[in-house]
Amino acid sequence: MTTLTKTSDAPAPTGPESFLSVRDLKVQFSTEDGIVKAVDGLSFDVERGKTLGIVGESGSGKSVTNLTILGLHNPRTTTVDGEIVLDGKELVTATEKELEKLRGNNMAMIFQDPLTALSPYYTVGRQLSEPFMKHNGASKKEAKDRAVQMLEKVGIPQPEMRFDDYPHQFSGGMRQRAMIAMALMCDPDLLIADEPTTALDVTVQAQILDLLKDLQQEFGTAIIFITHDLGVISNMADDLLVMYAGRAVERGSVRDVLRSPMHPYSWGLLSSMPRLDGNIHEELTPIPGTPPSLLNPPSGCPFHPRCAFKDEVEGSRCTDERPSLAEGRAAACHLTAEQKQTIFIDQIQPRLR
Amino acid sequence: MSDNLTLPAPQGSTGKSAETLLEVEGLTKHFPIYGGFPIKRKVGAVQAVDGIDLTVGVAESVGLVGESGCGKSTTGRLITRLLEPTAGKITYAGRDITHASRRQLAPVRSEIQMIFQDPYSSLNPRQTVGSIIKSPMEVNGIEPDGGREKRVRELLELVGLNPEHYNRFPHEFSGGQRQRIGVARALALNPKLIVADEPVSALDVSIQAQVVNLLQKVQQELGIAFLFIAHDLAIVRHFSHRVAVMYLGKVVEVGDRDSIYNRPRHPYTHALLSAVPEVATEDSEDRERIRLAGDVPSPIHPPSGCRFRTRCWKAQDKCASQEPPLIQLSGNREGHLTACHFPEEPTTEARDEDVVMDPALKALEAQD
Repeated sequence: MTTLTKTSDAPAPTGPESFLSVRDLKVQFSTEDGIVKAVDGLSFDVERGKTLGIVGESGSGKSVTNLTILGLHNPRTTTVDGEIVLDGKELVTATEKELEKLRGNNMAMIFQDPLTALSPYYTVGRQLSEPFMKHNGASKKEAKDRAVQMLEKVGIPQPEMRFDDYPHQFSGGMRQRAMIAMALMCDPDLLIADEPTTALDVTVQAQILDLLKDLQQEFGTAIIFITHDLGVISNMADDLLVMYAGRAVERGSVRDVLRSPMHPYSWGLLSSMPRLDGNIHEELTPIPGTPPSLLNPPSGCPFHPRCAFKDEVEGSRCTDERPSLAEGRAAACHLTAEQKQTIFIDQIQPRLR
Repeated sequence: MSDNLTLPAPQGSTGKSAETLLEVEGLTKHFPIYGGFPIKRKVGAVQAVDGIDLTVGVAESVGLVGESGCGKSTTGRLITRLLEPTAGKITYAGRDITHASRRQLAPVRSEIQMIFQDPYSSLNPRQTVGSIIKSPMEVNGIEPDGGREKRVRELLELVGLNPEHYNRFPHEFSGGQRQRIGVARALALNPKLIVADEPVSALDVSIQAQVVNLLQKVQQELGIAFLFIAHDLAIVRHFSHRVAVMYLGKVVEVGDRDSIYNRPRHPYTHALLSAVPEVATEDSEDRERIRLAGDVPSPIHPPSGCRFRTRCWKAQDKCASQEPPLIQLSGNREGHLTACHFPEEPTTEARDEDVVMDPALKALEAQD
């Protein structure tokens, strides 16, 4: 379905306000076991100064999507189809040189594990200054001033002294702060944060999330925030994209998706999560089964083997026909809007208390 | 109103009235640090666990929460005697097992079992599922009615796996299924106490609930006591009757579930609860916002007095000189103990003014 509409739809929604636009992105890896369809027909937009949250389980393609945006995939084993347009520039067909100019300058990334993402061989200061010198042609002195200023901004005490430290001399939370400082050095327009707080403790996570939010307000950066934690996303994002098996299954504003979700997978995620103020006597309702293998994804709707509501749909549409995801607030599901609403109100909502 | 009303086991909310299964007093573990050249000498110690008291009643589930490095996993390993305690006393069912020898421990070992965090590294990849679950019975020379194989098949069925998977290898299973194998292995000897060290944190969100439900079923139907170690406060709340909060090798607050989550007194418990990201719903109340500064200090040189004082907004001189005892504060329920000189109000509702200790956040928020 998506492939058919692609050619006619693609230019239209790329309005002036959508600053990054991904259309029908397909990423495939060839492995020994066969072709892995890591991302299969994904479309989304990110507006300037807004945060798009992407949630999904491991293997749902959320990280691959963002590595592809930055052009960090291995070109020998990966085939990329579709369109990624950043501020009017097409990235899928861009040369390595063009991408190099953008990376670290216009778009930057914060990785999950700062200890492996920072080089143990260079000082934190050098790793911060290098992209600034490269992209802005700044001198060593200017780069150092900027780096110290950024380190201070992200809350690293005594930034002048810490400038010459190596990453192993930083604690986990400080390393992640240094990563954020590094990503913001060149004042990027787009920041991709891939599970930036998953490796951190809750109290530190709360600090880092608030810091990111405050910095976004100051710099006006667009953020793509990837996580598996719905609680984190509800605090951070403006818009939300729920991914499953390499596809977007639901999209909308964070408020809409979390308060009145429309896709059975989103229902499952919400009701399998214990809450701090939830009813303890109520059992959790897990999603049965396990996430599918992307070597051989299920036919039709990829969620149908785990879906409790596929009998509500007439015939065998769930197993035969892939549901499409409409523009705007939508869910890729064959249930009718009425069915979704009644199921949510009657069966799902009582569980969320 | 007690939260423990649905429990099948006859026990009070404090655990004191119930029969005590495990009692830990002043448990301490210091890992020595060696240095110097050419003769290596002990130059210091990581004070991983530094004098904690804890009780677990029969068929009771106790949660142990805290951030990484606070000593909660070490505590679990000390209780299962996978580590040798430096000091303190562990009493299991009236018997002192603190320094029991291998031989003395053998009968106790089969009653205390452990479930590990990582389902990938805790199962031997060269053994079939059958032999993994069977081996505890072989080691202990237990011959159940109908043979070991029948018992293994029963266990597989109990944890929700197909008994026909008896001859499969661990790599043929997904993470959630492997954790079920780990649960089956722990159940093989009909234990009375299971120490579960972060049993669901390595699993996907949609799978976590499956394993939590399984553990809950096991806990309630078989009447097994649990020491549930986790950093996820929402899961611990769902699973545990009583909760102990650890910080840097010490228990700072312990109490029944309702007291800890709704009427916490220790500032650290407040900070921890306020840091949990929650999906906001229409009817959820505004929660207090506390943002600590920095990370947990090193357990090699822990702060004097109260260990939380370096990150606490209420710290005064007294906190540095005097270590607060773990006592029942006035107005708290029986069994709700707090170690703090200047306890907080027992509520988690939003404050008039947020507590923001982080310098960078303070600076950015002052601009607005």
